[in-house]
Amino acid sequence: MSTQSPSQRYGPYLIVGLIVLAVLVAVVVIVRQPGGGGAQTAQQPTVTTVPGLSGDAEAIAQARGLTPDDVAAALKTYMPTGRPDEYVMFSSGGHSGQVLVIGLPSMRLLKVIGVFTPEPWQGWGYGAKSSMEVLEQGYVNGEPVLWGDTHHPALSETQGDYDGEWLFINDKANGRVAVIDLRDFETKQIVKNPVAVNDHGGAMVTPNTEWVIEGGQYAAPLGWEYASLDDYADEYRGMVTFWKFDRGQGRILPEESFALELPPYWQDLCDSGKVVSEGWVFCNSFNAEMATGGVEKGNPPFEAGASQRDMDYLHIINLNKAVELAQAGRVEEVNGFKVVPLQTSVEEGVLYFAPEPKSPHGVDVAPGGDYIVVSGKLDPHVTVYSFEKIMQAIEAGPTERDEYGVPILDFDSVVEKQVELGLGPLHTQFDNQGYAYTSLFLDSAVARWTLGGSYAEKNPDEPWALISKIPVHYNVGHIAAAEGDTVSPDGKYLVSLNKWAVDRFVGVGPLLPQNFQLIDITQPGDQMQLLYDMPIGIGEPHYAQIIKADKLKPWDVYPEIGWDPGTQSKDPNAVEAGQERIERRGNTVEIWMTAVRSHFTPEIVEVKKGDRVIWHITNIERAKDATHGFALPGYNINVSIEPGETVTFEFVANQDGVFSFYCTEFCSALHLEMTGYFLVSP
Amino acid sequence: MAELEKLIGPRPPEELLAQERLRFLLPTVFLGLAVFCLLVSIFFPYWRITLLAPQYPGGLQAQVYINRVTGDVREIDGLNHYIGMRPLDEAAQLERSLSVYMVAVLSLLIVAAIYVHNRLAAVLTLPALLYPAIFLADLYYWLRNFGMNLDPNAPLRNAVKPFVPPLVGEGRVGQFRTVAGLGSGFYLAALASFLILVGLYFHRRAYKPLVEGRVEARDGHQADRQASSRVEQVS
Repeated sequence: MSTQSPSQRYGPYLIVGLIVLAVLVAVVVIVRQPGGGGAQTAQQPTVTTVPGLSGDAEAIAQARGLTPDDVAAALKTYMPTGRPDEYVMFSSGGHSGQVLVIGLPSMRLLKVIGVFTPEPWQGWGYGAKSSMEVLEQGYVNGEPVLWGDTHHPALSETQGDYDGEWLFINDKANGRVAVIDLRDFETKQIVKNPVAVNDHGGAMVTPNTEWVIEGGQYAAPLGWEYASLDDYADEYRGMVTFWKFDRGQGRILPEESFALELPPYWQDLCDSGKVVSEGWVFCNSFNAEMATGGVEKGNPPFEAGASQRDMDYLHIINLNKAVELAQAGRVEEVNGFKVVPLQTSVEEGVLYFAPEPKSPHGVDVAPGGDYIVVSGKLDPHVTVYSFEKIMQAIEAGPTERDEYGVPILDFDSVVEKQVELGLGPLHTQFDNQGYAYTSLFLDSAVARWTLGGSYAEKNPDEPWALISKIPVHYNVGHIAAAEGDTVSPDGKYLVSLNKWAVDRFVGVGPLLPQNFQLIDITQPGDQMQLLYDMPIGIGEPHYAQIIKADKLKPWDVYPEIGWDPGTQSKDPNAVEAGQERIERRGNTVEIWMTAVRSHFTPEIVEVKKGDRVIWHITNIERAKDATHGFALPGYNINVSIEPGETVTFEFVANQDGVFSFYCTEFCSALHLEMTGYFLVSP
Repeated sequence: MAELEKLIGPRPPEELLAQERLRFLLPTVFLGLAVFCLLVSIFFPYWRITLLAPQYPGGLQAQVYINRVTGDVREIDGLNHYIGMRPLDEAAQLERSLSVYMVAVLSLLIVAAIYVHNRLAAVLTLPALLYPAIFLADLYYWLRNFGMNLDPNAPLRNAVKPFVPPLVGEGRVGQFRTVAGLGSGFYLAALASFLILVGLYFHRRAYKPLVEGRVEARDGHQADRQASSRVEQVS
């Protein structure tokens, strides 16, 4: 043996290996040649004739290697200059703490609304009082928290349909909910949940936006108390918070809001009932095992410990009754916030459980409010509950109770159907043709399946059945269909919010953008078409909602000159041209300034070191898009003053010197001349 | 009574009125319509200008009414300050403050002309007749005044030479193409002038014979011929 040379020893393997490789190459070439399955990966430009194209267009399609499907996709998404999009998608901005506004079908990014995180262009968090006050509302225990992990946006609804007036979004990391006014696309309020450190199942709204739902996630003692993990079952609790929203004021009213104490299962996502189920709220959960982790101590890690049992619990909450209890004072105070105790909820029939296949994700109520779809995550099915059957089961009385006494309804008596879709079902949306769409994380696909009952007549397909799957790239989390979680979904478009992009875009280093994929769902049956990839390079978005663009009625300019976006009314410190002035009162210098193309008035501001400076600037423009910025380098002031807006900021002039302030928006040909001096004498 | 009749002309006899109602109705109708047009014109723009530039899709508009300027005045003023043109509000302040009363007076004079049955009627309607021309002359004066008196310290003083914006038609200032034209208010005022002319024609036809009857009785043919030729001239 030892006399054999290496080539003799490995020669036969090498030959066999080469033959196998040659066969593989041949197979791949043969498989790919007929033009079919090659659409998923980059490929040689295949010369295909696109029917109906002119000679020029045909030449372009050939030169760029576009298939007929590619050309159709391009034609479905291309927007000639000046043509606005048909739909607007509000997407969570993930770690950015912001909200993304995207036009459909072009997938053009229209705006990144500053929410939990400072945003310089909008002057969000760099001095402007109306922004600083909102960000300060979001401080946690008095400490600045200037980022957020935005998860689920919720458009305000009237009778279960988007009305285009308000937008809510939660911050999972810090348990906060923000209110955005869709007249000016600006954040108006942030509320910090007083009972929980973080959240997940928010924000969702009730059909007339009386309540904004914020479900918790990782159980902890309510109100930020300490308790040992050994006392998990006794001391740790889950929660769901119902924030009262006052549409007139455009604010959440914490004093009229309340939370429900829940068992320490990890509540995941919630959805509000609608139409027949209005007044009820559904939240799914995982870790009914009450695993407390500790892999380092030899315990099963959470990923295993929380996945042991076959069933977790769908929480069925009688919101109307919960509101009655809260209003009747049947609450305990936690950090000054009303909490309905678990025991009270149990006694008063506020809370019921229905078993759901283990560690599910996503709970989504069908357009008619009649079915509740829970996605399996670790189970290949979606489980569809019937609201009617749930009501009958509650009427009949529960078969058993969990260890906290919460009544558990019998699985078989409340489930309408289970539909097997594939691996990793997460979230479900609906269309106008009786189809439901569920994201399949592990399969990296979106499944289209049919609803039964009254939805069955809307399409020719067999009810409660998987119809087709379309591959997405890759690892889809949430999906959003046009108005796909309302009482009247539009169909047409679906966006797959993919977590991984892998090979979809040019490389930009090890941190890759997320990939939003637009899918045409107009045609029935198995005809879904992938239209467009949109990279998101700002954070990992979770959920998004898509509203018909004509439902939005944003302002072109603020309604009056001297508008305070914080109060959405005329600012008492607004000034018109000719009324500008500087006043000194002791050590306070107050400036009332105007901005108009291309000058600030006054242009020279002189103070003494140590003076407190209160500065108001009114943009007296009425022209659309005539925004001025104002930056005061050296004092970290940067504000955006939109046409008609009055901005106020304050600081102490604690550094002497000469500081030139300037307009940060290229407002006019004399933009560079739109400047002035702030002189601080020692 | 005789003095008054000398001033406001003869009243037609009852039997003649009954016989030829249309003859005496027509001048009243046309002069009345002229008053109507004149009064309605207050509510419509007399002149309008559109400024067209790439960054203003749809353009900027200003509508000049006899007592106010509406439209994108603020924006136009903002742009005009670059070339040193004064704000539009400073133009024709006296005219605008008096214009509504003036039109009311013109209208009352026409109404008076209906009741005056001699050639004084033509004199009474004369201001209303000439009113559109006076408006245009005044507008031109202000356009010229504004365009020729640019602030020499304006940011773009070298880029734009003093100019007179066209009263009607196209002009050019910087990147703007201007399109000016007369508005419906002006056309109503012009229609009023036309109606006055027609009204005076029928007025003359209706009352001249009556006036001549009187004059003939007093002064004879010569005076009558002079009087009628004067009325013709005025008409």
